[in-house]
Amino acid sequence: MSSILIIEQILNGLQFGVMLFLMAAGLTLIFGVMGLINLAHGSLYMIGAFAAAAVAGVTGSFLLALIAALAAAALAGAIVEMVVIRRLYSAPHLDQVLATFALILIFSEGTRWLFGSFPLFLDIPDALSGPVTLPGGIEYPFYRLTLIGIGLAVAVGLWALIERTRLGIQIRAGENDREMIAALGVDISKLYTLVFALGAALAGLAGALVGAIQSVQVGMGEPVLILAFVVIVIGGIGSVRGALIGALLVGLTDTLGGVFLPELFKLFMENGAAQKTGSALASMGIYVLMGLVLIWRPTGLFGARA
Amino acid sequence: MRLDEKYLNGLMIAGLLALPLWAVMADQPFTITLVTRAVILALAAVGLNIVLGIGGMVSFGHAVFFGIGGYAMGILAFHAQTYTALELGLFTTDGTKFMPVIWLVAMITSGLVAFFIGLLSLRTSGVYFIMITLAFGQMFFYFAISWAQYGGEDGLSIYVRNDFPGLNTLIPIQFYAICFTLLCVVLFLFARLQASPFGLALNAARQAGTRVETVGLNPMRLKLLAFVISGAITGLAGALFADLNRFVSPTMFSWQLSGELIVLIIIGGVGRLMGPVIGACVFVALEHFLGELTDFWHVYLGVILLCIVLFGRGGLIGLLTGKEGAHV
Repeated sequence: MSSILIIEQILNGLQFGVMLFLMAAGLTLIFGVMGLINLAHGSLYMIGAFAAAAVAGVTGSFLLALIAALAAAALAGAIVEMVVIRRLYSAPHLDQVLATFALILIFSEGTRWLFGSFPLFLDIPDALSGPVTLPGGIEYPFYRLTLIGIGLAVAVGLWALIERTRLGIQIRAGENDREMIAALGVDISKLYTLVFALGAALAGLAGALVGAIQSVQVGMGEPVLILAFVVIVIGGIGSVRGALIGALLVGLTDTLGGVFLPELFKLFMENGAAQKTGSALASMGIYVLMGLVLIWRPTGLFGARA
Repeated sequence: MRLDEKYLNGLMIAGLLALPLWAVMADQPFTITLVTRAVILALAAVGLNIVLGIGGMVSFGHAVFFGIGGYAMGILAFHAQTYTALELGLFTTDGTKFMPVIWLVAMITSGLVAFFIGLLSLRTSGVYFIMITLAFGQMFFYFAISWAQYGGEDGLSIYVRNDFPGLNTLIPIQFYAICFTLLCVVLFLFARLQASPFGLALNAARQAGTRVETVGLNPMRLKLLAFVISGAITGLAGALFADLNRFVSPTMFSWQLSGELIVLIIIGGVGRLMGPVIGACVFVALEHFLGELTDFWHVYLGVILLCIVLFGRGGLIGLLTGKEGAHV
């Protein structure tokens, strides 16, 4: 196997990882600040993708589509937070799981109602399509490279937001002691709505960006949601840094496992069977990774509390 | 109207006896199949209720055991119907179509798997526990999809329902009788378990783990044992479910199913003896009647579920008996 292929796969893994990070960052912020486990995060991802596909279909502009995705997901997030989620902050985890499970049902079937069961397609803009040549003569799709760039930019932006701004101070304070910052005059319910909308917007952005590579369809959010859960469990729930490390680990494990395990099995099995066994084990690989991390550190790599 | 819970439970059992008998007389075999489905889902949820209701562990991966039970039946019956040998390392068998053996295998395998999953996931608690059980579910789901020998993504069809001595299981009411009897047995065991020293200790471990530890009990061991018993019961239900459909597929491992099992319990009432039974009946009825009205019945299910979580403490039983117990 050539080194070019390996580098390509590493880039693919990074691209997958940073997109998972966009999902996981929102989830982990929402959990860290509000103590809420939000299963409906995958639905916000789906809403972003559908909004982008619909707007791109009408206007033909990818940039407008991305803005629509961000706006639609943030708006949906804010509405859901104010109508439903707000009542769940002090509820037990079981109630949170069920209520957000109910939200998934409503969002998924509602979207099917509006858009039908057939997948929509979102095209990669011309300016970003086609391959670029990287140093070393590697041809790599420009769009995927852009995704990696956007993901890393969001990571830096989030870091700056949390470490360097007033809002960030409030978010961190909210994680530590919500009564105290409420007593200090911060409008806590506005802060919660804002954080939820921010997380939703990130999920919507991820949905729109990934929607251009895959098809946009109902139910696209849930597999990503579960992977994002794995990411934040590995990284430590509530830690944005953990989410980044966890996302990259999961992205690389999944992508590289999917490529190299079948090759490994071909050494001692016939081709077809090796392909199947290898890719099966690869899809289990991230769960094995999670199991190992949890045995080593039951609260994840950067988690402080259960 | 306020009902006594015992009275309500009796009414429920009577209904589960009367409805299929009526269906036989009115010649409505499909109704019997629907009720059978409800009874089997109830059985699975009674298993989950031990962990969730008494033990307070929110397992979001109980479909694992349901699926294992299903595949235990599928694999044994597949080898029996194709006359191929099943190599198990130490010994070889021809598979079997004999229900009691299938049940035993389903319960032992899912109990064993529950032991290992419990050993790992009970190290964690709270949200981590929810997510790790969910992840185990996905792991089994992907494994089943890739298990080409037993149908992979397409699953396995079993042409003839398995045998039970003295009964013709292909007649809906006779198969229903088997499922109903098993449900009654398991409900009886659940009631005994809840009142037993073990059940009381488990309940105490949910409410105050540290205190349980201080009086010299090991909460981890209590929870693990509960997890194993629970897994075995859900596995039994999985074997019956596969027999009902004469079909096994990876969807039996899906996380939606794990979610639905929790939903059944919440609709009925957490930790209540008949909670899962009422929940399953309501769920199957909703699925059937709303499904006839609209393709988008999940929207209504979602709204109903949301209302139950936000406003209705203690599920339907809590509503009907006026005893609104808190959730876990």
